[in-house]
Amino acid sequence: MSHRLPEHPDWLWRTPDPRRSYDVVIVGAGGHGLATAYYLARNHGITNVAVLERGWLAGGNMARNTTIIRSNYLCEESAALYEHSLKLWEVLPQELEYDFLFSQRGVLNLAHTLQDVREGTRRVNANRLGGVDAEWLDTDQVREFCPIVNTSPEVRYPVLGATLQPRAGIAKHDHVAWALARKADEYGVDLIQGCEVTGFLRDGDRVVGVRTSRGPIGAGRVALAAAGHSSVLADLAGLRLPVQSHPLQALVSELLEPVHPTVVMSNHVHVYVSQAHKGELVMGAGVDSYNGYGQRGSFHQIEHQMAAALELFPIFGRAHVLRTWGGIVDVTPDASPIIGPTPVENLYLNCGWGTGGFKATPASGWVYAHTIATGEPHPLNAPFALERFTTGALIDEHGAAAVAH
Amino acid sequence: MTRSHRLPYGGRVDRSAPLRFTFDGVEYTGLRGDTLASALLANGVLDVAPSLYGRRPRGIATAGVEEPNALVQVDGPCSEPMRLATTVELYEGLAATGLCGLGRLDPTPDETVHDKMHIHTDVLVVGAGPAGLGAALTAGRSGARVVLVDDQPEPGGSLLAGRESIDGRPALDWVADARTELATQTDTRILTRSTAIGYHDHNYLLVAEHRTDHLGPHPVPGISRRRLWHIRARRVVLATGAHERPMVFAGNDLPGVMSAAAVRAYVNRYAVLPGRRAVVLTTNDHAYATALDLVAAGAQVAALVDTRPKPPADLVDRARGAGIEVVTGSAVVGTRCGTAVPPGDGGARIAAVRIAALDAEDAISGPIREVACDLLAVSGGWSPAVHLWSQSQGTTRYEDEQAAFVPAQAAQDVVSAGSARGVLDLAGCLGDGFAAGAAAAALAGFPAAAAPPPPCSGDRPPARPRPVWIVPGETGGPADWHDHYVDLQRDATVADVQRAIRAGMRSVEHIKRYTTIGTAHDQGKASGVSATGVIARLLGARSPGDVGTTTYRGPYVPTSFALLAGRERGALFDPVRTTSVQPWHVDHGAVFENVGQWKRPRYYPRPGESMAAAVERECRAAREGVAVMDAGTLGKIDVIGPDAGEFLNRVYTNAFAKLAVGSARYGVMCRADGMVLDDGVTLRLADDHFITTTTTGNAAAVLDWLEEWLQTEWPELRVRLTSVTEQWATVAVVGPRSRGVVAALAPDLDVSNDAFPFMTARRTRLASGVEARICRISFSGELAFEINVASWYGLATWESVIRAGEPLDITPYGTETMHVLRAEKGYPIIGQDTDGTVTPQDLGMEWIVSQRKQFIGRRSFRRADTARGDRRQLVGLLPVDPAVLLPEGAQLVADAEVSPPAKALGHVTSSYRSAALGRTFALALVTGGRNRLGETVYAPLPGGVIAATITDAVLYDPKGTRRDG
Amino acid sequence: MLLIACPWCGERDELEFHYGGQAHVAHPADPEALSDGEWAEYLFVRDNPKGPFAERWSHAAGCRRWFSVVRHTVTHRILAVQSNHPTAADGTKPVTA
Repeated sequence: MSHRLPEHPDWLWRTPDPRRSYDVVIVGAGGHGLATAYYLARNHGITNVAVLERGWLAGGNMARNTTIIRSNYLCEESAALYEHSLKLWEVLPQELEYDFLFSQRGVLNLAHTLQDVREGTRRVNANRLGGVDAEWLDTDQVREFCPIVNTSPEVRYPVLGATLQPRAGIAKHDHVAWALARKADEYGVDLIQGCEVTGFLRDGDRVVGVRTSRGPIGAGRVALAAAGHSSVLADLAGLRLPVQSHPLQALVSELLEPVHPTVVMSNHVHVYVSQAHKGELVMGAGVDSYNGYGQRGSFHQIEHQMAAALELFPIFGRAHVLRTWGGIVDVTPDASPIIGPTPVENLYLNCGWGTGGFKATPASGWVYAHTIATGEPHPLNAPFALERFTTGALIDEHGAAAVAH
Repeated sequence: MTRSHRLPYGGRVDRSAPLRFTFDGVEYTGLRGDTLASALLANGVLDVAPSLYGRRPRGIATAGVEEPNALVQVDGPCSEPMRLATTVELYEGLAATGLCGLGRLDPTPDETVHDKMHIHTDVLVVGAGPAGLGAALTAGRSGARVVLVDDQPEPGGSLLAGRESIDGRPALDWVADARTELATQTDTRILTRSTAIGYHDHNYLLVAEHRTDHLGPHPVPGISRRRLWHIRARRVVLATGAHERPMVFAGNDLPGVMSAAAVRAYVNRYAVLPGRRAVVLTTNDHAYATALDLVAAGAQVAALVDTRPKPPADLVDRARGAGIEVVTGSAVVGTRCGTAVPPGDGGARIAAVRIAALDAEDAISGPIREVACDLLAVSGGWSPAVHLWSQSQGTTRYEDEQAAFVPAQAAQDVVSAGSARGVLDLAGCLGDGFAAGAAAAALAGFPAAAAPPPPCSGDRPPARPRPVWIVPGETGGPADWHDHYVDLQRDATVADVQRAIRAGMRSVEHIKRYTTIGTAHDQGKASGVSATGVIARLLGARSPGDVGTTTYRGPYVPTSFALLAGRERGALFDPVRTTSVQPWHVDHGAVFENVGQWKRPRYYPRPGESMAAAVERECRAAREGVAVMDAGTLGKIDVIGPDAGEFLNRVYTNAFAKLAVGSARYGVMCRADGMVLDDGVTLRLADDHFITTTTTGNAAAVLDWLEEWLQTEWPELRVRLTSVTEQWATVAVVGPRSRGVVAALAPDLDVSNDAFPFMTARRTRLASGVEARICRISFSGELAFEINVASWYGLATWESVIRAGEPLDITPYGTETMHVLRAEKGYPIIGQDTDGTVTPQDLGMEWIVSQRKQFIGRRSFRRADTARGDRRQLVGLLPVDPAVLLPEGAQLVADAEVSPPAKALGHVTSSYRSAALGRTFALALVTGGRNRLGETVYAPLPGGVIAATITDAVLYDPKGTRRDG
Repeated sequence: MLLIACPWCGERDELEFHYGGQAHVAHPADPEALSDGEWAEYLFVRDNPKGPFAERWSHAAGCRRWFSVVRHTVTHRILAVQSNHPTAADGTKPVTA
């Protein structure tokens, strides 16, 4: 049967007015901004902090993602960061005293071509060496693990196997954001909604605060955590970023009796789908090629997604799309995030998570807080500095998707 | 058998066509023209299924797409979950079961077909009610192309549920005439049973047409079950109507509490009496018609409760004239549940309402009295259906006069008309529609004289409503009001909203998320604005306009995955590409591999032969005798023009401008960041004509890449690029004995090494008479010839090669053998041995990187990380145990003992058993690999550690002695 | 599904086109003269405005021509289409829609 979601607590957060200045101002009250505020307080004792949000708290990509959590990335630097995140996910429900329905139901990444198989086995071996749980399943094992996947050899791109990360899974996104917000608020962090940053206060080359729709706010350090709007904000500070903002769409079905026990992703056939606790199928569609800030994409992406879904899951044919929506993903040339200081003193940057930001929420906050508090990157985010685009030391998660022969 | 609630006359049902159906296993009878809901009501069944979380009994509440309760699973060869009883048309043998908000996916294969249509139109009118019909009529008269879509089986919209007259006749006669006129217009198309589900950028709308659902669950030959229309419209008229809102009061969820407009529809359109003793509760004028129609149909209306202290006198008079008690300035403050009256007539349902007067602050201000009833018809006001308008990015504003959100600023070429923009009287709707249609046609380039709308029955703009967003409970405060339902499907109440606000929630988005209001199957279609009203009230806001609505998201109604997928399923999910030789491959038992969209033979097993044995046999033939491969999938691009050589010089890392005519050269191209993009052999056919080959999977991307540079960076170069992949068939004849085969095939060609050296090409006429271009190119290190013929002759040429090679036991081979042969020679496969982070230097190809010219990506090699000496480099690996095969993708480390997390030195990119080497071997990318030749590395694997020695990547015939035969 | 006016073929669905990102970013005339930072700027950094954006499209499933479009990245309204080639029928022109 469907599960009623656990109730939210009786108290969440205050709605304070902004003070004149803070030690740290975080721009963007999405998951990453909230996690950063939380870990600034928890790990570094920095609580004179404001998180400024143009709209409503956690209303951007945090409210729009497909909630997949995994750490089985190919590049060592990525796997290390996401694995740190996964370990934090495993303790956060207790630590935050909030049941956000973190469900370690495993994630399958299907392989449909021999090249997919090579990429998958490479990733499994790399993950195991890096301390990340990973298994290779052959076609029969895929069927056993997720019986509704069409493993017939007759389909256009038969399933040749899959990687499985057993500790991966999903969580309820709103609950995660609210759990972090509640604790940050408890620590004394001001969560200020309806407060748009319109510029930066500067003293020579240094940033000393922000201009906002609710007046100027001084800040010892300013940390951007604005996802799809990072370029717009950086532009206000005179910075150009190697980031492009694209529409990304997702959808849910109506509530359905449980049929899908895990999370299935397929790069080749372009599907990622899970069944959430209440029973709805949650699926992501493709990223639109063009730049867009409209929080909507082109519908053929959804249609293609449905075709792909039925290719792999014929049983979904008579499910219905209940609701579609779009977010704005900030994509870097190597599909890896940028976390660290900027050429502008006191201004810090966390962006470029593309489609992968939700799963990184805790680790992103952890290492970003470290960077802001100490002025130096944490070892986990040092490779993700802006400088990599100059040296060429990219962390190229696209790399493994190289096609051809 | 229960007493029938079917009226003896009237309605749009066909009394000559009784239909048997079952619901929850019980058999009933309805009529053609019924929905499942109206048929159930006719049989006295009201209670459909309990609510999902609270397990409260819930009944049919509406007569349309906004239905919050009556969800059913429709049986059939493949059953469909989560249909609305209010929109499922009855058919003979229909079987359905009630669902408590949770559907069931049927694993039975679905044999029905769903398809798509793409059309353009000048004017698209959504909704065939009075406004939409008016708009379509006037637009069509202008000569514009018009499409009119409506979700019902027949046009008419609200007129189907009423008793109005137009032009002095029953309104439905006018509808019939309008339909006839539209049918005679040459460029007007009416789509019924078609719901506009999406309104996207650039006036692109999606319409879901249900083509056979009303005929039954089985596939209908020649007709797709549902069709998704993609409509690009110059102008759009949204005549989508309005939804009647529920009201929030204690016990408002009982079966028997129904929308007043729905009650009217059941009475007039379906000739069904949903109750025999009704109370009507309203905030506005509209429910008076419901009350009067109930009386006219023979029901008793025990009271008409109007929240307004002074409703329009004419309405009150008419109601009282019909014997109805009108209670003003009051509301229903509670309900009492009973079983149906008479007993046995369905399950739990409303038995009485409690009525009290409200003061100006909406507080209970008088005594409470109870009135028995079996039906409560409620009109909480009207919300224009602004869903599509909002999807089109149009804005809305709250109109106090109407207590509704109405369209404000348009974002696309669209207008709303009729009740979709808050015009609630029939005359207004007709006038609005006529004007909107004419204006839309004119703006699309088809000016038309605006015709006056026909006169219609005694309608006038409605008086101001008095919304009561929360009817207070008899005791306690909002925190206690646990049976004031705001969202029926979510079982969310006023108390829940109050709790959210007490938790600090201020944004309507947060409150809705906290309570989950508006997220159920109905997406709050009817209740959304009521919920906003509740939130506004509890936040102390002046009006719902200060709180705002949440975003309306598509699709307007739930839309099946299968419909959205359409025909792009199975083999049509992605086109299959094959070469002209494909029939032979199939006939000869090839096992295929997907490479890009191509099906390529991977190997040709003999009966009972394993892949390993087949590959070993095929390799041996290529190394020792003669073998043949279909290389036709390689991308082929004609590069033609006086500057073709210069163009290739700029693209490839090595030089092509001075390549002699008739010669071929291998080249590597990089992206601007210096990473290898593709490789292949380019052949110069004439001074101004090259043909360049690409990897199979990359052909389209490489052509795009070349076009981009040519057009956007170097428009001064006189070069044209043409894909000729499909135009040429390529047969590779490989092996020390290949020369004889080619000689037999091409008798006019001197195939001696002196006359036809390596990396040259010759044109000749084959013995078959077919013109061919033959190249001395080798991807195996062996003597080899590539025979290129027009694709038409591919199969014949392949067969003639097989015949010519028969005496030499010529052996066909596939991609697997190709991979082994090339790997033995250390030739990388782009995309397998490289991954987008690999430079030509990393592949040991410094020799191919020109120092004397500019080319794409060259500057990148000097960057700090790219110039490092210890990058991952391509090397060979020989497992210490020559029988052990390293798995591709194995990670390599320096020490035999390793405990995670540990850093990898590299990974295995290719790995094979080699007959020629008499052992296994592999290629790998290893950090600083070329300085580690002779070192041992280890691959930690689940089954143990494999040790291997690093070697040069070229393991077979390193001196290249075999290529000339 | 955007509707894009190819300067050669007229209005066609977005599916026929291939996106090329920011327009008018020339390959440096002499890359070797650039610092690593300047080269990185060329390789990886493009404008990403919220508002009008001059971008490139190629009519990949039609005439295969590259051309430029000014499109608003929030409304997706196309404000201008510009061919990069003198043989186009109509050079730069505002789009009325």
